[in-house]
Formats: sequence, C-alpha cells, structure tokens
Amino acid sequence: MIELKNVTKVFHAGTANERRALDGVNLHLFPGDFVTVIGSNGAGKSTMLNAIAGVWPIDEGSIVLGGKEISHLPEHRRAPMLGRVFQDPMTGTAADMQILENLALAARRGKRRGLKWHYTPIEREDYRELLNMLGLGLEDRLTAKVGLLSGGQRQALTLLMATLVQPQLLLLDEHTAALDPKTAQKVLEITDRIVSENSLTTLMVTHNMNDAIRHGNRLIMMDSGRVIFDCSGEEKKKLTVEDLMEKFSSASGGSGGSLADDRALLS
Amino acid sequence: MSLNIGTLISAFPGYLAQGIIWGIMALGLYISFRVLEFSDLTVDGSFAAGGAVTVMLILSGKPALLAVFAAVLVGILCGLCTGLLHTKFGIAPILSGILTQIALYSVNLHILGNKANQAVSVDKYSLLLSLRHPGPAIAAAGIFAAALIAVMYWFFGTELGSAIRATGSNPNMSKAQGINIDRMKVLALALSNGTVALAGGLMAQYQGFADVQMGRGAIVIGLAAIIIGEVFRRLIKITTPFDYAISLFFVIVGGIVYYVIMGIALWLRLPTNDLKLFTALIVAFALAIPQLHERRRLSRRKAGSGKGGAGQ
Ligand SMILES: Nc1ncnc2c1ncn2[C@@H]1O[C@H](COP(=O)(O)OP(=O)(O)OP(=O)(O)O)[C@@H](O)[C@H]1O
Ligand SMILES: [Mg+2]
Repeated sequence: MIELKNVTKVFHAGTANERRALDGVNLHLFPGDFVTVIGSNGAGKSTMLNAIAGVWPIDEGSIVLGGKEISHLPEHRRAPMLGRVFQDPMTGTAADMQILENLALAARRGKRRGLKWHYTPIEREDYRELLNMLGLGLEDRLTAKVGLLSGGQRQALTLLMATLVQPQLLLLDEHTAALDPKTAQKVLEITDRIVSENSLTTLMVTHNMNDAIRHGNRLIMMDSGRVIFDCSGEEKKKLTVEDLMEKFSSASGGSGGSLADDRALLS
Repeated sequence: MSLNIGTLISAFPGYLAQGIIWGIMALGLYISFRVLEFSDLTVDGSFAAGGAVTVMLILSGKPALLAVFAAVLVGILCGLCTGLLHTKFGIAPILSGILTQIALYSVNLHILGNKANQAVSVDKYSLLLSLRHPGPAIAAAGIFAAALIAVMYWFFGTELGSAIRATGSNPNMSKAQGINIDRMKVLALALSNGTVALAGGLMAQYQGFADVQMGRGAIVIGLAAIIIGEVFRRLIKITTPFDYAISLFFVIVGGIVYYVIMGIALWLRLPTNDLKLFTALIVAFALAIPQLHERRRLSRRKAGSGKGGAGQ
C-alpha cells in the first residue's frame, strides 16, 4: 500500500544546527495495516508522517503510495490520497467556519472546486447522520462555528473529515495527546471504529504504550530517525509495556534520558 | 466663527456618496484583510490605478461603464502581481504589497500621460456619477455597492469561495484538504484589488479627476470602514441565513459613518492638517472597542464575585 525506501530528511543541513531527522527509513505497509508508532521525543515520528504528507520535500529516498511515486508532489496534490489528524486540535479544522462548511470542504478533497454552492441539501442530511454516530451531540450544531467546540469534539470532527473521502492512508500524529484521558479514550474508540469500518491503512503515532499495544495489528518503534523495531500479529498481541521499555533502553544505549521521559508518560 | 448646522446638512449627501464609494473600496480590503487574513498594501496603488485608467479612457471617448470595467481588470492585474510576488518568490505579504504599490506609482504616472493628475469634466463627458449631482451619485454608488454585495455573497458561498475562506482561516488544514492555497491567495488578491480599482474608478468620476496620490491612506480609511462596520454589526444581534451579506452591508455602513465623522470634523473647523491624526485616532478607538468592552465585562464580573465572597 505504502512503501518508504531509504527516506532521509536533514534539517538545517550544513549549519551547526544540522539535524538528521530521518536517517534512511524503510517501511512497507500492507493494505489494511493499522500500525502504531512509538519512540521518544525527537525520534522522527512526526517527521516521517510529514514526509509522507509532503509538508516539505525529502532529501533522499522514495515514497510510493498505491503504486504511485508521490515524493515529488506538493502537499495539496497528495492530500486526496491521505487523511490526516494532528496533535493540536486547532490544526485540523477551520475555526471560524461552520461544522457543516468544514465537512463540505473535506468532502471535496481531491475534487474540482468550482462555482457550485459549497454544500448540497443531501450532504447536510448525510453529515447529520455521521455526526450522530460520533455520539458527541454535534448533529444539532451543524451551523455552529468549529471554534466553539471542545478539543475532543474537534479531533472527532477532524477524524470524520479525514475519512469522508476514503484515503489510501490515514495519518494520526498523537491525535489524542492534547485530550483528557476520558476524551482520549472516546476519540480512540471512534478511531478504531472508523478504521475498521472502512478497512483503512493507518499510521498512528502515540506516546501511550498501552494504547500502542492495544490498538492496531502492528507496532513499530523509532529512534534517531530510524525504525528500530517492527512487530505484528501474534507477536504484537503478546507485547507488554515492559518489553517495550526494554527495547527503549537498549536503543538509547542506556543513556536513559529520554527513557525516563517515556516512563513518566506511562502512568 | 459660528457653526451653521445648515452647512453640515447640505454637505451630508456628498459625504453619503463618498462614504459608499470608500465602502466599496473597503469591501475589496475585506477580501484580503478579513477573508484571506493577508495584510495587502497594494490597495493605495490599485485604487489610484483604477482612477487613472477610468479617467484616461473616458477622456479618449470610451463610455464610462466600459472605462470602469477596464479599471477592474487593471486592479485584478495589480492583485495578481502582489499574489505572485508572495507565492512564487516567497516574499512576505506586506513587502509584496509595498513593492507593487511603489511600482504602481510610476505606472500610474504613465497612465496619466506623465502628469500627476487629469481632470474629466462632467460637462463634457457623460459620467456615471459626479459631486455636482449628489442625489444620482448616491443612487449610482448604491447600485454598485448592492451589486457587489450580492456577487460577493454568492461567490464566497461557492465551493471555490469556501476554499478561499478556508485558506484564510487555516492554511494547514486547507492544504491537508487538498486546496492549492497559493492559487487561492492569488485569486483572492486579484479579486480584492479589482474591487479596489472599481472604487477608484468611481471616485475619480465623482471628484472629476484622477490623481496619482488619490489612493494615499486608502488602507487606513478602508480598515476604519471595516472596523466601524463591525462595531455597528455587533449591536444588531440577529442571525439569518444571510448573515454574511449583512456583514458585507455593514462594511458600506462603516464607510458612510467614517465619512460623516470626517465631515463633522471639518464642519467643526478642525485644521485640515490634523485630519490624518484624527483618522488614526478614530481607527485606534474603533479597534480598541472590543478590548475595552471585554475589560469592562471582566471588571464587572470581578465586582460581582467580590460581593458574593463577602456574603459567605
Ligand atoms: N521543521 C523542522 N525544522 C527543523 N527541525 C525539525 C523540524 N521538524 C522536526 N525537526 C527536528 O527533527 C527531529 C525529529 O522531530 P520529530 O518532530 O519528528 O520528533 P517526534 O518523534 O515526533 O517527537 P515527539 O514525540 O516530541 O513529537 C527533532 O530533533 C526536531 O527538532
Ligand atoms: Mg511528534
């Protein structure tokens, strides 16, 4: 489905701040893979997702999505194939537009935007139904400005927007990190449901190792811009948080700094 | 030195007509500053360009309506220029606008036949509006304003217009939804400056001449109109499906109110040298109103909770 080959990204190349954020990443996802991505701060998780989305061009390597080389395409040209939800609930929606308008914009991802009215009456009813399924009480607030919604409501809405046009790949970058634990669980439930109903191929970054183990069929760990651990199926089901901690400490060579950060995040 | 209310009243129709024309200009600014959230300084130049093109075409015997239409096209080109400087060459918004504005100063002089100004007499040419006939001038400006509001309401309700609004509201989200934000910016700036040039063309006819300086301070006047309009808009707490059209209408209202305030200042014999200072004060005040309002609300709440605490 998606194949990353030797993807490399260096920020501030040739300066004192040079930073090899991706160091020859190789990753192959099969259709329907739901992959959770873990790794300490600065490991390159967001950079990998941004490289796929085309936020900036990569320095080396290739990215093939659905049989098509996409690494030279600008961000908006890759968007039709990708659904994205971000860590900051503000990022995924237009705050001073209505819920209805946001959904209508998302429904036209990859389609020509012309001089027709920006939504149709039929769409309105469809959206009401979809929002109803979220169970967040948004179905009666179609014309409310998105800026009035809570972080959790905005993330759920962004998820809906990301999948309104079926993407070939869903990119979730710590999309529950800014939410309180209860809301985070609710949004994860919605994520699971949307992913399985549409059999979406998904990459989900999280700092919560329990979530990383519980969700998806495959787990990868990143460190210093590389994928250092990749497991799936039965092997993944048997994983424990302790196993992952073990991997972390061997990866960081016992330096322990980032390890302590991640241990703190476990509680 | 007596103040005669009669002179103020007799000058009122003139202020109304000019207020509507500056309101049209402000609707153009609204597209860049409010919809796109792009601080576009091209307008001083595109307003004068609109005036210059209109007057020169009328002087060459073309019908006034055609001249205004050509002015709009020239304004669109000005916006394209700023938009491409910004999106193709990565020049910051303010600087892109300033560059086009400065270039337009020379271009406008050329359009005006290397003169600083050109007169077009309503006695010799048939103009769409003139200060000599305030009544018909108000009607003509009003028709242009109403048509513009209708077109803008429709356009920003289309898929394309909605994509422009999204680009202004959240560019990252827009890219993630497949919108080519560079294209949207260029398009919005073109439409914005086309509208500004339309206002320039109307103003030149109204005052009977085009001047290379006629756009000076247009941005401040336009912002004043937008902000005053928003203050008035907030007083009316109705919501209808035509909310957006009403907001646009209030930009015109803002233009009129601004002009009436300036008229009163003149009537009070405020020295003309101080008018710009006065304008800045009005705009600063209008900008401060939401803040002042909020602070009053907070202090009132504090006072209320203080009383509650004492009662416990
Ligand atoms: N746009 C950028 N410009 C410069 N450096 C960047 C940029 N984006 C990321 N980096 C650097 O690349 C490295 C990897 O960052 P990245 O955001 O991918 O980490 P991450 O794994 O997502 O971490 P976190 O868990 O903190 O989100 C970091 O050192 C970061 O400072
Ligand atoms: Mg990150």
